[in-house]
Amino acid sequence: MPELIQRRDLDFLLHEWLRIETLSRYPRYSGQDRASYDDVIDAATVLAEEQFLPHAAKLDANEPHFDGERVHLIPEVKAALDAYIDGGFLGTAFASEHGGLQLPYTIFQAVSALFTAANIGTAGYLFLTGAAANLLAAHGSPEQRQRYMRPMIEGRWFGTMCLSEPQAGSSLGDIKTRAKPLPDGGYAISGNKMWISGGEHDLSENIVHHVLARIDGAPAGVKGISLFIVPKYRVNADGSLGAKNGVRLMGLNHKMGYRGTTNTALSFGEQGDCVGELVGAPGQGLACMFHMMNEARIGVGLSAVALASAGYRYSLDYAKTRLQGRPASNKNPEAKPVAIIEHSDVRRMLLQQKAYVEGGLALCLYCARLVDEELANPDEQVRADAHLLLDILTPIAKAWPSEFCLEANKLAIQVLGGYGYTRDYPVERLYRDNRLNPIHEGTNGIQGLDLLGRKVLMQNGAALKLLLGRIQASIASARASGDAALTEYADALANAIDAATRTTMTLGAAAAQGKLDLFLANAHLYLEMMGHTVIAWLWLQQAELATKALPSASAADQDYYQGKRWACRYFIRHELPKALRQAELLATLDDTTLNLPIAAL
Amino acid sequence: MKAIVSVKRVVDYNVRIQVKPDGSGVVTDGVKMSMNPFDEIAMEEAVRLKEKGKITEIIAVTIGGAKNEETLRTALAFGATKAIHIKDEGEVQPLTAARALAAVFKKEGASLLIAGKQAIDDDANQTGQMVAALLDIAQATFAGKVDVDGNKATVVREVDAGLETLEVDLPAVITADLRLNEPRYLKLPDIMKAKRIPIEATTLADLGVTAAAAVKTVKTVPPPSRSKGVMVKTVDDLVAALKAKGLA
Repeated sequence: MPELIQRRDLDFLLHEWLRIETLSRYPRYSGQDRASYDDVIDAATVLAEEQFLPHAAKLDANEPHFDGERVHLIPEVKAALDAYIDGGFLGTAFASEHGGLQLPYTIFQAVSALFTAANIGTAGYLFLTGAAANLLAAHGSPEQRQRYMRPMIEGRWFGTMCLSEPQAGSSLGDIKTRAKPLPDGGYAISGNKMWISGGEHDLSENIVHHVLARIDGAPAGVKGISLFIVPKYRVNADGSLGAKNGVRLMGLNHKMGYRGTTNTALSFGEQGDCVGELVGAPGQGLACMFHMMNEARIGVGLSAVALASAGYRYSLDYAKTRLQGRPASNKNPEAKPVAIIEHSDVRRMLLQQKAYVEGGLALCLYCARLVDEELANPDEQVRADAHLLLDILTPIAKAWPSEFCLEANKLAIQVLGGYGYTRDYPVERLYRDNRLNPIHEGTNGIQGLDLLGRKVLMQNGAALKLLLGRIQASIASARASGDAALTEYADALANAIDAATRTTMTLGAAAAQGKLDLFLANAHLYLEMMGHTVIAWLWLQQAELATKALPSASAADQDYYQGKRWACRYFIRHELPKALRQAELLATLDDTTLNLPIAAL
Repeated sequence: MKAIVSVKRVVDYNVRIQVKPDGSGVVTDGVKMSMNPFDEIAMEEAVRLKEKGKITEIIAVTIGGAKNEETLRTALAFGATKAIHIKDEGEVQPLTAARALAAVFKKEGASLLIAGKQAIDDDANQTGQMVAALLDIAQATFAGKVDVDGNKATVVREVDAGLETLEVDLPAVITADLRLNEPRYLKLPDIMKAKRIPIEATTLADLGVTAAAAVKTVKTVPPPSRSKGVMVKTVDDLVAALKAKGLA
């Protein structure tokens, strides 16, 4: 089995590019150093390879099964989860005061990518629990943190997010679950939730559900939504577990991929009383949830990258050893066949995967680094800038990898040909696992609306201006390098951002004229255009860094750095022109999809 | 009771070893390094003995350049209570290592040296035995099972004929074989705690040790690539082929 995420690339991005060690200048991360981060990644690599990877295919073939009483999972899942919890990984990024190790979020993301690439079905429970605990770290009362968050960070209890209902997912304003105030200050919860990952299992002592519901009498729409903690088992004053809390598993959803993580339909309060505790203020449910959701979206993008990376590394390995065919110029039928990597079309598919995977990884780690800046930098201006950049980059970090890294998984299958289409090889499973990512945590359609409808125009385009400023700085730096190739790439990127800027102004003018539906009709296209432009920017930075490192690099590193230059060249020449074409189309305010009569479909 | 565990930094077992073009050694530039796997087993055994209350202190010792500090950090994360770094930038031959370990052993008043039976880089399998000889104490090599009771250790050794059980008086040297135990996964809190434990630095000179020059590496070459196989039709042909090669 090849390395699922190339360690050399992680080291390049974390250390040479993001200079992650400089975070230890901030009080939150003081005393940490590169060696600590490397040791943590080493420990995660071993655990992921030895405890998560070996049962990934078995878990996919033996999906969780509900016998009407309880959910059955193959035993390897719990063994792996226990090893992760025992290793203290759930506490990686949590503050020491909450029992965590207070390591940078960026390091936690790098570690998470390793577990995702090894076995997303098993790792899913851990990420959900981490996110649920994180929500209470941000919005829970001190008592709620003590009572519910601590046991989650310790790994004794797991967590979920219960947002969607059978009739309302993307449109959360339409949810119906009720919360009726009780005399003791608690709430009686009743309703149905759908697509709840980790909603039921015997893997932990308790499950803490975070449920969005309406308090009786609350206004319609999103303003009437509040957030509640609803445990599977009630929790006594001393923290011990009480009776069941009226949360019932209606059934498991049978999914295309990501099969190891149970996905459930749950009913609340149908069988027995179901009580919940309010988190934050009434009506603030969605705001609390979205605070957490932004980080979750970067996590989704990264998981798409990790799954694609596994496919890339696997198909690369395969292409180097599988012998078939001869170069077109060799007409001798008795000549020895060559490894398929010798064929330029196979190399195209590998280079395309590399460009998507390493571009996506750079984007997600860059965003994670911004989360750390926002969290820990003592300089208020830097924190505000990080926040603004995250506003505009988060929808891209969620959607671009989930769109194009899925494409990479498709290419990995293609490299293996018929074998790739069979379950004897992992690449088809990786594709199926990754197919969830454009759908959950806000579909990519929603991300397009969020980017164009909200983030680009907010505060008079402040976030976009900040982003464009950063891109311009990189362009200037690449041009100043004097390297002909870098200058070519910088010029191409300069063209792309000019086009994107003009297009954005045209779209903004349409919005200002009140043509809202027309303005948003091609939001997904806009998202793709911006995505490709941002990824090209990150490739330019990587290529420049590699170019500077080349003269003093060791032989092995020469190959690695040259790889960065080749992938940048590919992305700029083969991919970035797509963004230019999209910018042109967007600027015409094309109404094809808006005015298409339904009967014409 | 104190135990010394010697830990060596070697090229990671997953790395495909490449010989330098000039034949002066193997490529270590930019190559992943980690703790010798047999030393990990030795560390694990020491930690288990400490957990059972058989020993009270575990001193991890390494010899080598600045980067070796990482290996000591790993040892501390495993559960070593103290770490000693014998700083030396040159090539460390088994006899040098043995002399240095013997000096530390005496200085610390240790009762046990637990070492990997060999390091996976040069596969010398000499250091533990030499330490025992230099100190004139008992040795039990290739341990597959270790019990410590008072002033004695019972060691089940893995030998060609099967298993051999030895009882040795302490102080003694024990070297770990592959099946002695399965090293635990490192826990993140222990990794972070290990950062805060100071590492004691010393040198061969401080220990009164002179580097040995007993071995000279003449040339390093990669193993010959496997020659093409031959298909034989019958068992008799196979036996004949093996006999022709002197293998049967």
